[in-house]
Amino acid sequence: MTSEALAHLSNNLLYSAMAVYAVAMYCYAAELAFGTPRRRSAELPDRELVAVGASPAYDVPGSTVATDEDATRQSKASRLGRVAVSLTVLAFALHASSVLTRGLSAGRPPWGNMFEFSTTGALAVTGVFLVLLTRKDVRYLGVFVILPVLLTLGLAVAVLYTESAQLVPALKSVWLLIHVTAAIIASGIFTIGFCQSVCYLVQERRERVPAAERGPSFMDRLPPAAVLDRSAYKMHAFAYPIWTFAVIAGAIWAENAWGRYWGWDPKETWAFITWLVYTCYLHARATAGWKGRRAAYLAGLGYATFLFNYLVVNIWLVGFHSYAGVG
Amino acid sequence: MVDQTLTSAPARDQPPEPRPPALKPLELARWAWRQLTSMRTALVLLFLLALAAVPGSLVPQRSIDAARAAQFAAEHPHLAPWYDRFSLFSVYSSPWFAATYLLLFVSLVGCVLPRSRAHLRASLARPPRAPRNLGRLPVHEETTSTRTPDEVLAEARTLLRAKRFRVDVVDGALSAEKGYLRETGNLVFHLALLLLLLSVALGHLLGYKANVLLIEGEAFSNTVTAYDTWTPGALADESSLAPFTVSLDDLKVRYQTSGQQRGAPRDFEASVRYTSSPDAPEKSYVVRVNHPLKVDGVKVFLLGNGYAPVFTVRDRDGRVVSRGAVPFLPRDGNDTSVGVIKVTGTTPQIGFDGFFLPTAVIDRAGPHSIYPGLKLPRALLSVYTGDLGVDSGTPQSVYSLDKKGLTQVLGEDGRKLVVGLAPHTSVTLPTGETITMDGVRRWTSLSIARDPGAGPALGSALLALAGLMMSLFVRRRRVWVRAAAGDDGRTLVEVAGLARTEAEGGEGLTDEVRELAEQIGTMRIGTTS
Repeated sequence: MTSEALAHLSNNLLYSAMAVYAVAMYCYAAELAFGTPRRRSAELPDRELVAVGASPAYDVPGSTVATDEDATRQSKASRLGRVAVSLTVLAFALHASSVLTRGLSAGRPPWGNMFEFSTTGALAVTGVFLVLLTRKDVRYLGVFVILPVLLTLGLAVAVLYTESAQLVPALKSVWLLIHVTAAIIASGIFTIGFCQSVCYLVQERRERVPAAERGPSFMDRLPPAAVLDRSAYKMHAFAYPIWTFAVIAGAIWAENAWGRYWGWDPKETWAFITWLVYTCYLHARATAGWKGRRAAYLAGLGYATFLFNYLVVNIWLVGFHSYAGVG
Repeated sequence: MVDQTLTSAPARDQPPEPRPPALKPLELARWAWRQLTSMRTALVLLFLLALAAVPGSLVPQRSIDAARAAQFAAEHPHLAPWYDRFSLFSVYSSPWFAATYLLLFVSLVGCVLPRSRAHLRASLARPPRAPRNLGRLPVHEETTSTRTPDEVLAEARTLLRAKRFRVDVVDGALSAEKGYLRETGNLVFHLALLLLLLSVALGHLLGYKANVLLIEGEAFSNTVTAYDTWTPGALADESSLAPFTVSLDDLKVRYQTSGQQRGAPRDFEASVRYTSSPDAPEKSYVVRVNHPLKVDGVKVFLLGNGYAPVFTVRDRDGRVVSRGAVPFLPRDGNDTSVGVIKVTGTTPQIGFDGFFLPTAVIDRAGPHSIYPGLKLPRALLSVYTGDLGVDSGTPQSVYSLDKKGLTQVLGEDGRKLVVGLAPHTSVTLPTGETITMDGVRRWTSLSIARDPGAGPALGSALLALAGLMMSLFVRRRRVWVRAAAGDDGRTLVEVAGLARTEAEGGEGLTDEVRELAEQIGTMRIGTTS
């Protein structure tokens, strides 16, 4: 196939992936909306090993299903959830093929401009989510994960789209593979961690109201705040060293390409700021008075600096990293 | 860092009178030190550093792009002096930025030193003795065994040793602890950051940076005078620079020829020859982006490129008064370039300034180039005569004319004369001289950098990363086993565990304790988890 045909195929695969993602998102949302409340026990450890599509947390032995009606409702809802997971796997496959064909079309790793960073970054988010699904019951996160993935892809297709082309000379290096892959994986995990932190903040706020006075909400289908907080921490603690590595790899590359390993280029500066804010987050969790809500705000701020670096710095600020290809 | 939870809370409960005595200087110093090294302060300083780094990414920085900083200052004449007052054009070398990170590092040292001492002590100490009531611990198992208590403890000891626990047996109870590397990693991470700072400082003090513009066929040697710009570190030794020489044979540039990004450069290849010292044999190398030339710990990078058309100027008698390649500086992505030619060998002197266009077009936007490759090369030059001012002793830019002592030459129609030249063509000026464009060469600007801190900085960063991973992923935990003879002749065994890792939630440990209980006991009685 010619390079143009491959690029065309890549675009079509991406549109298909977006359509499937959208359906998956509605299924996740429906499961949250129509399911019965998750069993409300803060002691419930978040370690039920649930394979994709297997019985979810609320079926743990000892749980007393209130009525038959509830049970029917629940089984319907969880069927929707399982459909959602299957659709996510399908969308991921389409999405991955799109990224692959784009790479084949250009004859290089497909992350040479903003459009390609966005599609690959979104792929990393779904990938991290699917891996997480095989280890933990995080199906409740589905809608909160697929929504940003869809938004990113929408932005990529509508605003950032760039023709498949060769790289600028500065990007022709093995470090493109190392540095950018690490940054993309870290951002995928940070995204999931951010989603969990947001869920935590909402849940924590909800839990401050006595249980009897709370109205029904889909938040009842989410794990208790303490569990969300702990999962969010694990995500961030996992992503943080990868981000650190991405920054170090970037510095090695910069030394090789531009003759200095650190030059306070806006991109470098903001990667450093993101690193600092996440450092704050990790420290905050070990500091009295900063645990919980404040730490979660810091996680949100960290993610905001990451987004700023990605969108604002790439497109509007002048620097060595100006190869967004948007123009 | 020290988890400083001490606050002024007790003081608040005291009645307002009498006021506590004023702090003596030593007490004040100790109080200040405690505040500075508290975790809370570290947190605030980290945050402040993040905040302090922001303006440097928004305001053009002199150290990164001096031209943009100057342009910004020119466009904002009222704002610029205030920006200057707060070092906003040089944020990363400003006193307030330095103050923030130095305070952070002092705070870091103040945290790490006492913690290192405590960690050393803990590493040498025996694991803490078993609590009286193991049943109260978060993870707890009970079982029985037909063997004697001593045998049970001996087996537990072997099993835990094999899993690299530190084990101690006192009074019929076994204590074990594992995961000391977590704290080791944490301390290594913080100390490595300190090393990183020192490496950066080392590079700044001993290293140097230089730029030079090199036209095809020309050479330079690594001396201060050969460079167009020279930025040494405060302690760089200018007299003992590595004595290498580099000459540029040929610069090849390949462009995207079609599509949205037509004209974007795709490859730069500079073929150079170099000698590491005057007596050393000459070697060849192709410098590309991401492939710098390395000589004697100095790296030579490609920075920019452009065209240097070759001009010959002859006087009225046909004698050559000026000949050479003149670098023109590109102004846009298609290499619309500007430059000047100064001819001092005639009376009056002659100056040219204008454009060199690799693929020339003249339309309503004026003369400009529409492709950076040499498809239709043209030079368009205005002509001036008079005194160029080069002999006045004041330094002059080679890229602009000082038009004070110059008069612009007019054409026969009385309009300002513009000379248009294609390669290998000549034009005779109204004043009688002839200018010829003999050809076009390329130039490249090279960045020459030596940073003796780079290696140590990389080492420190990798050390920090290793420490970080240890401090995040090693689980520190304690396990206790107590065995006592029961009434029925069996031995009653209790196994308990305590996760010492924040946010761990004790997972893994539950399995570990259960497994141990199953291995050393024969019958499980009960669990609390």
